[in-house]
Amino acid sequence: MSGIPDPDASVDVLIVGAGPAGLSAAIELRRLGVGKVLVADREAELGGIPRHSRHTGYGIRDLRRLMTGPGYARRLVESAREAGAELRPATTVTGLEPAPSAHLTSPRGRERVLARAVLIATGCRERPRSARLVPGDRPGGVMTTGELQQRVYLNGERLPGRAVVVGAEHVGFSAAVTLAHAGAEVVALVTEHPRHQSYAAFRVGAAVRWRLPVWTSAAVSAITGRGELDGVDITDIRTGARRFVECRTLVFTSDWIPDHELARAASLTIDPGTRGPAVDTTLRTSARGIFAAGNVIHAAETADIAALSGRHAATHIAAFLGHADNAANAVALTIRTEPPLCWISPNLIRLQVTGAGPPSGTGSLPDQAPPLGRFTIRSGEFRTVVRLEVRQDDRRLAVSRPMRLIPGRPVHLHARWLASADPADGPISVGVGA
Amino acid sequence: MADVPDVAIIGAGVVGTAIARTLARYSLDCVLAESASDVGTGTSKANTAILHTGFDAKPGTLESRLLARGSALLRDYASEAGIPVERTGALLVAWNPEQFAALPVIAGNAARNGYRAVKPVSAQALYEREPRLGPGALGALEIPDESIICPWTTPLAFATEAVTAGVRLLLGTRVTGVIADATGDAHELRTTGGSLRARWVINAAGLGSEAVDAMFGGDGFAIRPRRGELIVFDKFARPLLRSILLPVPTARTKGVLVAPTVYGNVLLGPTAEDVDDPGDVSTTSAGLGSLLSAGHRILPGLAGEEVTATYAGLRAATEHPDYQIHVDAKRRYACVAGIRSTGLSASLGIAEYVVNELAEAGLALSPRPGGPVPIPVMPNIGESRPRPYELVTAPRYGEIICHCERVTHGEIADAMTSLLPPADLNGLRRRTRAMNGRCQGFFCAASVSRLFRESQSGGVRR
Repeated sequence: MSGIPDPDASVDVLIVGAGPAGLSAAIELRRLGVGKVLVADREAELGGIPRHSRHTGYGIRDLRRLMTGPGYARRLVESAREAGAELRPATTVTGLEPAPSAHLTSPRGRERVLARAVLIATGCRERPRSARLVPGDRPGGVMTTGELQQRVYLNGERLPGRAVVVGAEHVGFSAAVTLAHAGAEVVALVTEHPRHQSYAAFRVGAAVRWRLPVWTSAAVSAITGRGELDGVDITDIRTGARRFVECRTLVFTSDWIPDHELARAASLTIDPGTRGPAVDTTLRTSARGIFAAGNVIHAAETADIAALSGRHAATHIAAFLGHADNAANAVALTIRTEPPLCWISPNLIRLQVTGAGPPSGTGSLPDQAPPLGRFTIRSGEFRTVVRLEVRQDDRRLAVSRPMRLIPGRPVHLHARWLASADPADGPISVGVGA
Repeated sequence: MADVPDVAIIGAGVVGTAIARTLARYSLDCVLAESASDVGTGTSKANTAILHTGFDAKPGTLESRLLARGSALLRDYASEAGIPVERTGALLVAWNPEQFAALPVIAGNAARNGYRAVKPVSAQALYEREPRLGPGALGALEIPDESIICPWTTPLAFATEAVTAGVRLLLGTRVTGVIADATGDAHELRTTGGSLRARWVINAAGLGSEAVDAMFGGDGFAIRPRRGELIVFDKFARPLLRSILLPVPTARTKGVLVAPTVYGNVLLGPTAEDVDDPGDVSTTSAGLGSLLSAGHRILPGLAGEEVTATYAGLRAATEHPDYQIHVDAKRRYACVAGIRSTGLSASLGIAEYVVNELAEAGLALSPRPGGPVPIPVMPNIGESRPRPYELVTAPRYGEIICHCERVTHGEIADAMTSLLPPADLNGLRRRTRAMNGRCQGFFCAASVSRLFRESQSGGVRR
């Protein structure tokens, strides 16, 4: 277990990323009897993002208990170690090729590892200020939630003075709580949406305890400060009115993007909606033997959902290693979303084609349900009580129950329609019904 | 006067540091005074990072001459010092008949500047070379020697060489006035770090050069800061192009170009806007918007890629169309101003010229005892040669701290203990690329700032 892989070592499964998805996959793979499972993580400390999320709410759906982020991360790391996975911190996968084979860089040097299967579980990150094209000066004190949490909870830094948070999803409230913990006075959460997007309980709790105003239909339109941050311009996007708000800290939250560097470097097909690697319902990517799970395929879901996604991938990786590769002669159909929907995950389905010639007598492969038996969907706009529709060409395959769409919050679509998709037809689209 | 320095250079940008390292080859006592806390923090750090040939300069100008000479000198210097340079070549692309008709004129202009390698490229050959180019290009000129360079390592290398040779670098030292003029043996300058005496003074203060010149009674030019906003695209955009893609220049600016960077990104810019405030390096939504729409026309693939960084720099332009370089022998004062947007490429040519002019004006140049110090070998932060993480010559070079840019613990420790350590995190960024990547610190800012603080208090692990 603590053995050092030789250069050109071989493993059964290489897992890239020791967050909730990667560690849960490792635990499940070992439970299913897979021999050598190597988990590489580029951070010196394993566990992923929960390491620096101090709040509670972790572990509900996967471990059936309520834990803090760091406690949850420690628990997963211990379980993976006990399960017999080899865990390699401070180890960056600096290259991934089909076959699959990977290049690892660590203080030990450079190694090449051959793997029968690879799981990409590299998670996601928030778009920084620059990627959001917010103009103005470039002072210090402007950061993402990821940086904020590490500075406050890992470094113990204090951030006195006024702070503004961009985004009013859960993570925006979480950032506000972290700021308050670091001694900042949170002036407001600013969102371009007409209302916040967090759960009422979370928001009301935070709002009462820290008195957090949410400025809706507003945007940070300029940043001022040479050296230190002086403040920001807030624009009312309905009227165009601008005003200057003094602050020392500005935190950009949500607006997630998968950390898909390895997936792109390996030339995997990238889904234009999620911007992560395209995956089918077994979480297999476009390359044979390479799977992806967690927030790299759906940025960002909660840690327990990422963990269950990793566990789901593990069962299909184990089947793949056991030569149950029944995807080999299947047809892949892309699922596309129509506005206001932004993405769907998984975004491919594979359908069995029986017999030679034009497909006939078709249907979904056995055991092809997505994680938790459902597809996850994100909307870019608020909608009250709509039904989602699944279409293939002119055929309507399914209609969901009525649901409410909230940007940044997932909605789910059951997977019972899979059997009615036709591999001979065109791509599948999901949209809001009339 | 053994205790009075021979020369004080005001401004440690790329021009001031180039002059300092050139003077340091002689037996001279030199001081280099810089108002900021680091070298190369003004125009030198925020530009298009191109090593120009000067093919498009105005023939007959000093700029044309020093650009041609300087770019040749810097090309050689960079290869010795390990400054990242890639000879990507440039394609000057014509998008309409008027621009197409201007191409032969530009080629003729290049020849008058002494640059004869310009070649016409047909539309078909252009699209073969740059298949991701947007539709509608009619043809191009190829300028095979246009190169990309690291603008951060260049002044650091010059300053490192100068300091090694004994030049005293005074950081955080702003020259605020002249106490006594050079009627006697020496000038006496008032600075934020106390009085500073020197027999000769060289004004290389860039955006501040007009103010310094006024202290010496000059009124020959006015600095008109011209802001250029730029956008850096994610490394995934890098395969979209091979060469620097230049627009057909107008009288006002070279226009918006798209270029690879030595760090493996793609750069789009600059805008050109006169501003009043010589400290205003803010970006604007109008500027960024205009760049994006231009960039998407030139390379439509950019629209699908993420923006990694946006920034703005100020060109130290004047009302004159040429450099403002004057040596006043009587007053023992040299003004090196109005270097506009070509200072990086021309720096060593400017330095050579200024030192020759100083010698003619009476500055005694005798060889440095023991000869010049060797050109320093700088840490490699470019992508054209193997990076430390690809070599892992010691465990600390396998410990990647900044994941997007793959900067190792060893490189950060080296920067912190170098001859010119960074004064702040931005200085560390310019020396290592740490935190410059697509996540802009989401993953690594806390670790990098912790290492920075620890090493400042002397605890860095080596």
